[in-house]
Amino acid sequence: MRRLGGKDLGFRLGTGAFALVLIVIVCAIGSELFRQSYLSIQKFGFAFWRTEVWDPVAGQFGALPFIWGTLYSSVLALALATPIALGIAVFISELCPGWLRQPLVFLTELLAAIPSIVYGLWGIFVLVPLVRALEVSLPGPLRQIPLFSGPPLGVGMLAAAVILAVMVIPFTSSVSREVLRSVPPAQREGAYALGATRFEAIRAALFYARTGIVGAVMLGFGRAIGETMAVTMVIGNNPTISASLFAPQYTMAAVIANEFTEAADPLYLSALVEIGLVLFVITLIVNSLSRLLIWSMARSAAVVAQPAEPTAEAA
Amino acid sequence: MTTATGKGLAALACVAALGAGLAAQTVQINGAGATFPNPIYSKWFDEYYKLHKNIQINYQSVGSGAGIRQVSAQTVFFGASDGPMTAEQLQAAPGRILHFPTVLGAVVPVYNIPNVRTELKFSGPVLADIFLGKITKWNDAALTKLNQGVALPGTDITVVHRSDGSGTTYIWVDYLAKVSPEFLKKVGVNTAVRWPTGVGGKGNEGVSGLVTQTPGSIGYVELIYALQSKISYGSVQNMAGEFVKASVPAVTAAAAEAAAKMPADFRVSITNAPGKGVYPISSFTWLLLYEDPKDKAQGKLMVDFMKWALTDGQRYCADLGYAPLPEAVVRLEMAALAKIKVS
Repeated sequence: MRRLGGKDLGFRLGTGAFALVLIVIVCAIGSELFRQSYLSIQKFGFAFWRTEVWDPVAGQFGALPFIWGTLYSSVLALALATPIALGIAVFISELCPGWLRQPLVFLTELLAAIPSIVYGLWGIFVLVPLVRALEVSLPGPLRQIPLFSGPPLGVGMLAAAVILAVMVIPFTSSVSREVLRSVPPAQREGAYALGATRFEAIRAALFYARTGIVGAVMLGFGRAIGETMAVTMVIGNNPTISASLFAPQYTMAAVIANEFTEAADPLYLSALVEIGLVLFVITLIVNSLSRLLIWSMARSAAVVAQPAEPTAEAA
Repeated sequence: MTTATGKGLAALACVAALGAGLAAQTVQINGAGATFPNPIYSKWFDEYYKLHKNIQINYQSVGSGAGIRQVSAQTVFFGASDGPMTAEQLQAAPGRILHFPTVLGAVVPVYNIPNVRTELKFSGPVLADIFLGKITKWNDAALTKLNQGVALPGTDITVVHRSDGSGTTYIWVDYLAKVSPEFLKKVGVNTAVRWPTGVGGKGNEGVSGLVTQTPGSIGYVELIYALQSKISYGSVQNMAGEFVKASVPAVTAAAAEAAAKMPADFRVSITNAPGKGVYPISSFTWLLLYEDPKDKAQGKLMVDFMKWALTDGQRYCADLGYAPLPEAVVRLEMAALAKIKVS
């Protein structure tokens, strides 16, 4: 091993300390959440994750409606945002004329910089009436299916999913754009050399960059899960489980933001902190799964690259 | 040590002494609690500071629950709450906490019905049934009976309630629980409850925003908010059978009735108060003080402030939309303030 000089060692230790701080912070958050929610964990145990009732007066608390609302709104937001974000990324990196590139990039980053509460206000005054108009204009026969049932209030899962999608698009598109830019030109030139059309060459580049793109999508998913203020203003804040896009529902971050300041009862407070713990655990699980997915995709990409060498030697 | 450093140190010492001297003169008293009385408290603390430049009272409007928690933990000197502390909360506090009503507020029903411009009349049981989800259409028999001559449409009623815990909710459900035993059983009384139906808006702004945007909706907001935002609200039937539209005199009347039977600790709910001209959905908001505060000097200053707020301070209420306390209640409170041990 190379002997470490004084400055080098200091640098390594310093940056190592910063990395350690990160781990310490995450562990500290997890343990503090656990400690503060201990009262509620003792009383409800794992039934907390399965119970649908949220009744502060009777002292009955369950996280299931919030888990449902968070996951449903985030997955829906991803479904709406991913094609659009990828489309933006592909357009900016491959198709758009040079003079348009910088303004488009600037506008996408601007979307990311808008504070969440401003999105919430825009949601109440602009998005919700639009969604209500959309819901009202839906034809009768479609209204029968559970996905579209319920009174057309405007506030509800659909409005929340749309607003989350709008907030997630800039993140996913800018990371995807960077990833697409880092695809080596040799890949594209190789595709063209083999007679690919423009579209097919782009597809090849997307395939090459797939691990990065999955990473970008997961980044957006992480943001969607934790989003609080924008969602609470348009989702209707009703802790019920419903498959309908029109139904008002509730998310974990929203209920904590709404009820925390007025919760005077120790069990109530503890239940709210336990919702925070549930959110923390779910975020960890989602991030771990996405890491696993990216790792397995990267591994299969490496495996595919291997056989190329023996054939080159044989030829 | 050079003379320059010596001079520098001396200058620093002077400034420090001056600063310490000034700091010793201004007393800072910290409080936290309800958001509902925040405008009037801010006005009071400001005006009081103009009269007594050495007393600075800081108030954080973090919510009644947080206010109760902080005063119990003694991280602030006084608390403020829209709902009285429960017996368990009082037990849990390290010392005896006294409640002092400061102003009165009211909660009004706001609604948005397409093509209906007239003011609607509501009765307590009808409101309770609407919020229980039992009355689902605007042209329900119970509503048309109260509002003869108004063409109520067959639109569905969308209930809008508060998503965040709040004193406003506490006052509203306290009233509904009194006029409807079913509401008391199914929902109960707290700053946050399990609503049988409806959507939740965050804050008074959230509720009024949702109501103005959703045709056929009904919600509840504080009177002050409705007055300042110029939203139309309905009248509610009181115990005497009159339909009263909330106003400052009607709210003060509700407290005047309660003064006769005021418990010694002032922890009373004045919703659905008997009497003529009374608005039934009114409530006190309380300031919470320890009977035996740790800092006696701050205690004395706080008692002096309370005496000012309950007399001179009351004239700032009407401009901000709060109802002042009736004379009888103020007299009882002045007597109660004497209980605080300030020496």
